[in-house]
Amino acid sequence: MSWEAITTNDFIGTLLATLRDVLPIILVIFGFQYFVLRQRIKNIKKILFGLAYVILGLAFFLVGLEKALFPLGESMARQLTNPEFIYGTTQHVREFIRWQDYYWVYIFALAIGFATTIAEPALIAVSIKANSVSGGAISVWGLRGAVALGVGIGITLGSFRIVTGTPLHYYIIAGYTFVIIQTFFSPRPIVALAYDSGGVTTSTVTVPLVAALGIGLAKTIPGRNPLIDGFGLIAFASLFPIISVMGYAQLSHWRLKRKTNTNLENKSGD
Amino acid sequence: MLPIILVIGFFQFLILRQPIPNLMDILAGLLLVILGLALFIKGLEIALFPIGESMAYAFARKGNLFWLLSFAFLLGFGTTIAEPALIAVADKAASLAAQAGAIINTDESRSHYAYWLRITVALSVGSAILIGVLRILRGWPILWLIIGGYTLIVILTSFAPPEIIGIAYDSGGVTTSTITVPLVTALGIGLASSIKGRTPMIDGFGLIALASLTPIIFVMIYGMIVL
Repeated sequence: MSWEAITTNDFIGTLLATLRDVLPIILVIFGFQYFVLRQRIKNIKKILFGLAYVILGLAFFLVGLEKALFPLGESMARQLTNPEFIYGTTQHVREFIRWQDYYWVYIFALAIGFATTIAEPALIAVSIKANSVSGGAISVWGLRGAVALGVGIGITLGSFRIVTGTPLHYYIIAGYTFVIIQTFFSPRPIVALAYDSGGVTTSTVTVPLVAALGIGLAKTIPGRNPLIDGFGLIAFASLFPIISVMGYAQLSHWRLKRKTNTNLENKSGD
Repeated sequence: MLPIILVIGFFQFLILRQPIPNLMDILAGLLLVILGLALFIKGLEIALFPIGESMAYAFARKGNLFWLLSFAFLLGFGTTIAEPALIAVADKAASLAAQAGAIINTDESRSHYAYWLRITVALSVGSAILIGVLRILRGWPILWLIIGGYTLIVILTSFAPPEIIGIAYDSGGVTTSTITVPLVTALGIGLASSIKGRTPMIDGFGLIALASLTPIIFVMIYGMIVL
């Protein structure tokens, strides 16, 4: 398909579909505003402009996604699992794959998970909110780092699962059992925030890229079925931040406690 | 976007030592992605977020339970249908299911499958926000809802067809993104700060957690019905 064909036909189709996608939330907000709250909307002209931005932006994004994010994710997966890259030759390819051979896949997964998350606007917003609501006990950078590390580890482990072909639900069930046990030992105020950070991190850019990476891995690694093994990376990316944020909270809680203890000891020693 | 481009560029040129295939197409696509997201977020900030947030606060204070709950449900449903990441993943899931022969491989049956997948997820997010608002009002501890939800997921996993499990688990993380998170968080924090005895830190957050949990349940049930 040529680039020109995309810009005309597909774009109009995408634009119409986008209109249909955005309509429900517009109806909800304006319907409630007029009929339930019975308030007039100020700056109606500005708002109509904003809505045009939303619809046009979404259509651009969806066309760009097909052209860039999906192909990028799949081509990275294809190249990193290429036998020629892994073994340096197309001959002597092993009959049974060893998971250790795919170490570049894991390193890439860790890097891409960390990189997509650390700059994520939704996460920055939540971190600032959490910092102010907690009265400064949670630092903005600490939370962002903890979440980004969680996503990186999650996607790495998820890639390992695709390489080995082990069932997804074992990992997820074990992960959430761990989360529940950890919850009992975490400072109360952080718990809901930690649970939220799992959902917040998986953003609009990360999701298609990571989904394409998983599907690409499942397509190229021998013996994997894309439909069964290809999904699941995003589930890992939502689970591990919960663990890392609670871990971060426990750590800073413990450090704070130790600091006050040593302070007390110093005072009594005087 | 910059960190992503750096990571991919690093691996492509230093580790793989290969040019990117279809570089021009990908660059044009990336440009569209960046431009599209910038417009989309700018538009949300101008048009939807200010009204949405002030409405969330208004409903939280007014205290008509019926309207508050209907608003909560419809807000969850409406934001999820418009969520770009979900549109992308649902299409991908449909084309994979068609290739694998789980559904008929025609344009119509693929878009039908993707569309109902999104409706299912949107219904689940709507229900999650409704339950979450009730939780804030009644002061139920979030932990028990989460434990109950995940127990249900574990049980359902053993009955659901294997083709749906991956996408079901993923849909939990996919749904809570660009539009849903700011509007829903505003509702939660608005509610918790306007009710006596609730602290925003403990009660305000937590809506997103529920909204990441219910899609898993609903999508597995959807899979049991259609596959």
